[in-house]
Amino acid sequence: MKPAPFAYYRPTSLEDAAARLAEGVDDGAMILAGGQSLVPMMALRVAYPSELIDLNVLPDLGTPFIDGTALVVPALTRHASFHKADPAFGVTGRMMAEVVRHIAHYPIRQRGTFCGSLAHADPSSEWALTANVLGAELELLSTRGTRRVPIADWCDGAMSTTREPDEILVATHLPLLSETTRTGFCEISRRAGDFALGMALVAIEVQGDTITAARVGLGGIEDAPRRIAEAEAELIGQPATPDTFAKAADAAMAVVEAMGDATTPPEYRRDLAGTVIRRALAQAIA
Amino acid sequence: MTDKTKITLTVNGTGHAIDVAPRKTLADALREDCGLTGTHLGCEHGVCGACTITVDGAPVRSCLMFAVQAEGADIRTVEGLANGPDLSPLQQFFIEEHALQCGFCTPGFLMLIDGTLKQSPDITDDELTEILSSNLCRCTGYRNIIRAARRALDHARTTTEPAA
Repeated sequence: MKPAPFAYYRPTSLEDAAARLAEGVDDGAMILAGGQSLVPMMALRVAYPSELIDLNVLPDLGTPFIDGTALVVPALTRHASFHKADPAFGVTGRMMAEVVRHIAHYPIRQRGTFCGSLAHADPSSEWALTANVLGAELELLSTRGTRRVPIADWCDGAMSTTREPDEILVATHLPLLSETTRTGFCEISRRAGDFALGMALVAIEVQGDTITAARVGLGGIEDAPRRIAEAEAELIGQPATPDTFAKAADAAMAVVEAMGDATTPPEYRRDLAGTVIRRALAQAIA
Repeated sequence: MTDKTKITLTVNGTGHAIDVAPRKTLADALREDCGLTGTHLGCEHGVCGACTITVDGAPVRSCLMFAVQAEGADIRTVEGLANGPDLSPLQQFFIEEHALQCGFCTPGFLMLIDGTLKQSPDITDDELTEILSSNLCRCTGYRNIIRAARRALDHARTTTEPAA
């Protein structure tokens, strides 16, 4: 349970980190941010980087901020930054304060980072789900310059992304929700703080009794979190009632390609998809 | 370089000049190089919480940080809680509430609670209980730990001095 030997590099800037990564990536150099997934993988010898380029030494990468109509989350923003909803982040901040409580445990949230979670791309990443529901853009830096990737083009199956090996995820841009949006979140896991078996994050607009806009995100069920268009279609123009929510849940259950493992067959996860969507929608209008 | 480098760790206010390879975790450096064996290692991959310490005030898993990352930080371990022979209020509450049996997880729980209450003295009882789910204890069934932690929280609310 000890990591294999590696070299340690303190970059002087993000550009320096990108240059160092470009130099060493073929030998196995990696970026170290919060380390709350990477270091356990190193202890288990699932990951054995030749060198860690430690972003933690860089200043000014920790505080999320508003840029126009988006919330920008830089490379070193810790999960714990979202424990208390910043009033400036409005509905989006309150939604993230609800979601963050489900990410691992309190001490892990002190170190783990938002961008690290997206780069790691675990199917049960709460932030990958959040990024999907908000329609995030990911800002990548390499020696070739910067580019932005929409979240829909980011996840490439479980634990895999479309990031080029020499790119660093330096910030995530999250379009803010309108202040009339109602949100709901439901996650089921075996133990407090454990990985989600299934979770849903929803954001809906309701005028009178009618749902006028809907986003339904599902995580932990398939190999990557995503929005379920079939469930959203069942909601729009319909009354915000348990019957409508059940139809949306059924629509999702009909289309998801649920993962299975030794203790959780795909049928169970498919069923769970319906449950978490119904509960998240009920919470949104409560 | 994968070779050892010289760093100084500041633990409970005292500097420790040590020579460590980058792969050495902060937990191992505290135990093996600083001689502070109060910090325990259970799972070594961030699940059990036995190695919880505070770094710059935040309770963190010392098995998920490397020692080289902690240079310059204010590191606090269980050895820093008591003032000579006088236990901290939190430690005393652990004894009075029988919040430990074998004691293996205790340093991690103490630092988790101490760090949390210093960071957020305004948390609710329910939030504190949820935070206690961060660490594993196989002896007590948690009820007694929750009681001790809540007394520490009450103490933090009613005194101007730190809870522990």
